[in-house]
Amino acid sequence: MSKIGLIIEREYKTRVLKKSFLLLTFLSPILFAALIAVPLWLSRLDADTTKEIVVIDRSGLYADALPSDDIYHFTFVDADLNQARSSYGSLTGILLITGRLDQDGTAMVYSENQIDMETKSHIERLLGDYVEQQKINAYNIPDLQKILEDTQTRVSVSTIRWNEKGEEQKGSSELALIIGMVTAMIIYMFIVMYGGQVMSGVVQEKTSRIVEVIVSSVKPFQLMMGKIVGIALVGLTQVFLWVILTLILSVAATTLMGIEPSAAVEAQAIPQSTMDQGMSEIYSMLAGFNFVEMLIYFICYFLGGYLLYASLFAAVGSAVENETDTQQFSLPLTIPIIFAIYAAIYSAQNPDGPLAFWCSLIPFTSPVVMMVRLPFGVPFWQIALSIGILVLSFVLTTWMAGKIYRTGILMYGKKVTWAELWKWLKY
Amino acid sequence: MDILQVENVVKQYAGHRALDDVSLTVPQGTIYGLLGPNGAGKTTLIRIINGITAPDSGQVLLKGQRITMEEVLRIGYLPEERGLYKKMKVGEQAMFLARLKGLSTADAKKTLKYWFEKFGIQDWWNKKVEELSKGMAQKVQFITTILHKPELLILDEPFSGFDPVNAELIKNEILNLKAEGTTIVLSTHNMASVEELCDNISLVNKSHIVLQGNVEEIRRTHTTHTFRLLTDGHLPAELQGMAITSVKEGRLNEYLVRKAGELSNNQLLKILMDECNVVGFEEMLPTMNEIFINTVSQNA
Repeated sequence: MSKIGLIIEREYKTRVLKKSFLLLTFLSPILFAALIAVPLWLSRLDADTTKEIVVIDRSGLYADALPSDDIYHFTFVDADLNQARSSYGSLTGILLITGRLDQDGTAMVYSENQIDMETKSHIERLLGDYVEQQKINAYNIPDLQKILEDTQTRVSVSTIRWNEKGEEQKGSSELALIIGMVTAMIIYMFIVMYGGQVMSGVVQEKTSRIVEVIVSSVKPFQLMMGKIVGIALVGLTQVFLWVILTLILSVAATTLMGIEPSAAVEAQAIPQSTMDQGMSEIYSMLAGFNFVEMLIYFICYFLGGYLLYASLFAAVGSAVENETDTQQFSLPLTIPIIFAIYAAIYSAQNPDGPLAFWCSLIPFTSPVVMMVRLPFGVPFWQIALSIGILVLSFVLTTWMAGKIYRTGILMYGKKVTWAELWKWLKY
Repeated sequence: MDILQVENVVKQYAGHRALDDVSLTVPQGTIYGLLGPNGAGKTTLIRIINGITAPDSGQVLLKGQRITMEEVLRIGYLPEERGLYKKMKVGEQAMFLARLKGLSTADAKKTLKYWFEKFGIQDWWNKKVEELSKGMAQKVQFITTILHKPELLILDEPFSGFDPVNAELIKNEILNLKAEGTTIVLSTHNMASVEELCDNISLVNKSHIVLQGNVEEIRRTHTTHTFRLLTDGHLPAELQGMAITSVKEGRLNEYLVRKAGELSNNQLLKILMDECNVVGFEEMLPTMNEIFINTVSQNA
């Protein structure tokens, strides 16, 4: 096996077999699955209980307006509030209708616990519809009901974009937003978490004084690259396991609780407007999405962004004496990453604006910002330019980092300054 | 034959010159001592030989040829600043380092087993490095430095961190390696071990080599012409003026005499023999320690 292979193997094995890695890898999906399944399960639990509502209707007009069903049981009583309260035990609430609702009457719900939104809106809808119906009937115009229904029109704007072949594609800006933000967040998290691991790994090698022993067998650049690649593989393993385990667990959990997996999808963050278009619409939009293309770009930016930052993190790690000193030097690296995630959020609102455009070309922000823009469609020349700049930049930063690293790892007992780092570049 | 030649090496760091025109030659199969006070430039020189640092000018030759990266990575190097991965098991770590030096998994295992047994540390194999004491870790490091049987071995302060028993063990291993034909460059502050181990030395002070050559020759040329005499009588009158100390040792008298003028050793002995029975006659060659201190302080 080549020497760099041995370094990668060691980095990978020692990290993957660590207890903390195993714990994080296997517990997080359980957490993710729980985040999906538990609210669903809870809403199910809630749905099974019935709501007992006592109605005190002073007007005597609304007995037909409030039919009981499986969930809502309306009981009409002729009593005052206090009597009703004392004579009925486990109540969801008491609905008091003081008079004609289209005149000066009001409807109030009294309850021990705050009444839930669902019950409130259920009552509002029933009473509202009933009063509306009454009014329509009061006009005494034949077929008025039909006419009104006829005039009701709903306009929903579908977004369609032309793909490269000039074909029309049904798009969804909400879906594009979700896909863009999720992929951008993954890249951001990956850079921060694993870039940090590269840095602390280098610091540990330096403080444990193993580094000079190793550079007598391999070139410092190989040691640095071996570490960067090894940790990247650890990260990919973790992300891969998370995706697989989360899928398995959430499917298992939802079927176990008798919830249709599609219900779980519906309950996710998909906005109301797309919900209304129905699941088939969503599927057709998903199908309209070029996932292969998206995946290829994701991998490009994922690796490019990581390599760009990881080598710089390695350089920082090599320059300092211990982990507490890393703060000062890692700040110039964390600022652009954090800036990138903010730029991504604003770019999502205006994917073709100047901020989005420039930030998706600048290599320090492009891996995150471009991911947000891609689902909205980006001209190919911009993608090519952005990836080109990113590749050139990480070659350059890796080369620079290698030079700083080579000198830094063998410097002991010296407080490093920026001027000093600049000098190391020229050794 | 000379295995290693360092020719006119200059290394300039920002603000100071770490090495100024340093040259040395290491004959094959010998032990070469690299001496000098802290900060003299020894470690820089060792790093240049190991290709870790590049010289500004000058060159390093291995068997007369400019040293290649492949050859550099074959050198067995025990750095002064040495450590191990704390969280790794001893055996795993030794295997990793052995394979980095180019040994196959099977060879690495076999060789390591041999050395672990030889040093009596087999039961450390599954221990974590952080459980080892400093001396124990040093032993593991020594083993991993030599197990690929390098032709050239560079040991920077190999005795630091060892108790006298283990220092002796390492010393014997170094002599064994020499007997097997390994050439060893040794940097140490332990002057007694220099006398015991080294054939040749270079003394580096303030970036320059201030003393170089065969250990015996150096000691002879640095002689202070001091002799230890053991006789049953008194010092002859001619020598009275040269005496430094005199101690009565039972029936015998011991004198320390510093020879003066053009007197040869044999003439000195003859004067003695004419007057009394000579029981002991020994030239007190200076120790490397004295030479070191004198040379460095003269240089200051």
